[in-house]
Amino acid sequence: MTTPASSLPSRRAPSPAARSALLVCEHCDTVYRRRTLGYGEVARCARCQAVLERHQVFGVDSMLALVLTALIVFLIANVWPVVTLGLGAQQISTTLWGMIVVMWQQQSQVVSVLAAATLFFFPLGKMLLLGWVLWHARSGRRAPGFTPAMVALHYVQPWTMSEVFVLGALVAIVKAHNYFDVVANPGIYAYAGLMLLITLFSGIDLRQLWDLAPEPGPAA
Amino acid sequence: MSALPRARDLGLIGCHVCGLVCRDVGRHDAACPRCGSALHRRKTASLARTWALLIAAFILYLPANLLPIMRTVSLGDVDDNTILSGVIELWVKGSPDLAVIVFTASIVVPMLKFLVLATLLLSARSGTDWAQRQRARLYRLVEFIGYWSMLDVFVVALLTALVRFNFLSRVEPLPGVVFFGLTVVLTMLASMSFDPRLIWDGRTNDD
Repeated sequence: MTTPASSLPSRRAPSPAARSALLVCEHCDTVYRRRTLGYGEVARCARCQAVLERHQVFGVDSMLALVLTALIVFLIANVWPVVTLGLGAQQISTTLWGMIVVMWQQQSQVVSVLAAATLFFFPLGKMLLLGWVLWHARSGRRAPGFTPAMVALHYVQPWTMSEVFVLGALVAIVKAHNYFDVVANPGIYAYAGLMLLITLFSGIDLRQLWDLAPEPGPAA
Repeated sequence: MSALPRARDLGLIGCHVCGLVCRDVGRHDAACPRCGSALHRRKTASLARTWALLIAAFILYLPANLLPIMRTVSLGDVDDNTILSGVIELWVKGSPDLAVIVFTASIVVPMLKFLVLATLLLSARSGTDWAQRQRARLYRLVEFIGYWSMLDVFVVALLTALVRFNFLSRVEPLPGVVFFGLTVVLTMLASMSFDPRLIWDGRTNDD
């Protein structure tokens, strides 16, 4: 599956064309010659078995469609309440932002900020940045601010936790179920949908997005 | 292993941010021509930073587990729950499957992270070639599962937002949950600052 790079130019700087012909395993620093992957193929590092590259099933158009769908679902998930509790005649429901505000008021500002960042700002930022980059890539252009957008995506990536929130909502529902009438609202279904979309998303290899659009000029 | 050349031996650097393979010019202020990030062979001060973050995380982990994370008030009856007592309650109230999930996310995963990262740090420091593949796999596991520990924090937050029936029933967050949230963030930062390349470096310096 993997081809170790054998005869590498060691003196010269690799030219821009040759650069993307090489691949370095980010987990163990082993150098490979990049190979075009066939459908469903995954290149793994022969030294540490980490995934080097996956075949990208989605083209730019499908990735963009995926991002737009995720944005719409994210909007629904945030506008509609997630869960409604009933006790006698009283009913209380909450949205994600309702939860963030209540935690702030209850002297848990740290939790409030964590939830706002990992469940709202980072996922939203990730979708907007990806959408921006892909939208321009459709016409073979580099989006304005392409480089900072891609760098930001790299750093935001590990800090989006929508899928953890879905499981958390499930646990909360079960806990509350013992004492209250629980009604799952559209918000939670939207979140479940978002969870599926995010799983598809994670198949997008950011590093391969760098090759989407040509660089403006020869790199310094 | 000589058939598998490593970037450092070839005078190359794979950019840690965008993956571009660059020539190592041996300067400390070198930047990636594609994304502008600083180029370095290994993550900066990886061992020291990871130790610091890990120890900080462990210090916060103690109050996170010892202090209650959530208070339930119903009809004047006050009941404080720690992470562990929350798991036990789930188990007793007839949801053993969810109890197992919460136990895994809140207790097993953080403990595993402490143990695995400490093992990786100690073995990377000694430069041993013991179980390199297994260690590499453990690192990837820790990176992959790390953020699921945030589960309990979100559960407490949601219950707080939902259970607000004034005198009848109320849920309030307690300081334990703040410590726990910070522990998760710190362990995530710790695993990010560990450089898995060190597993394969042998007895060399860490730069």
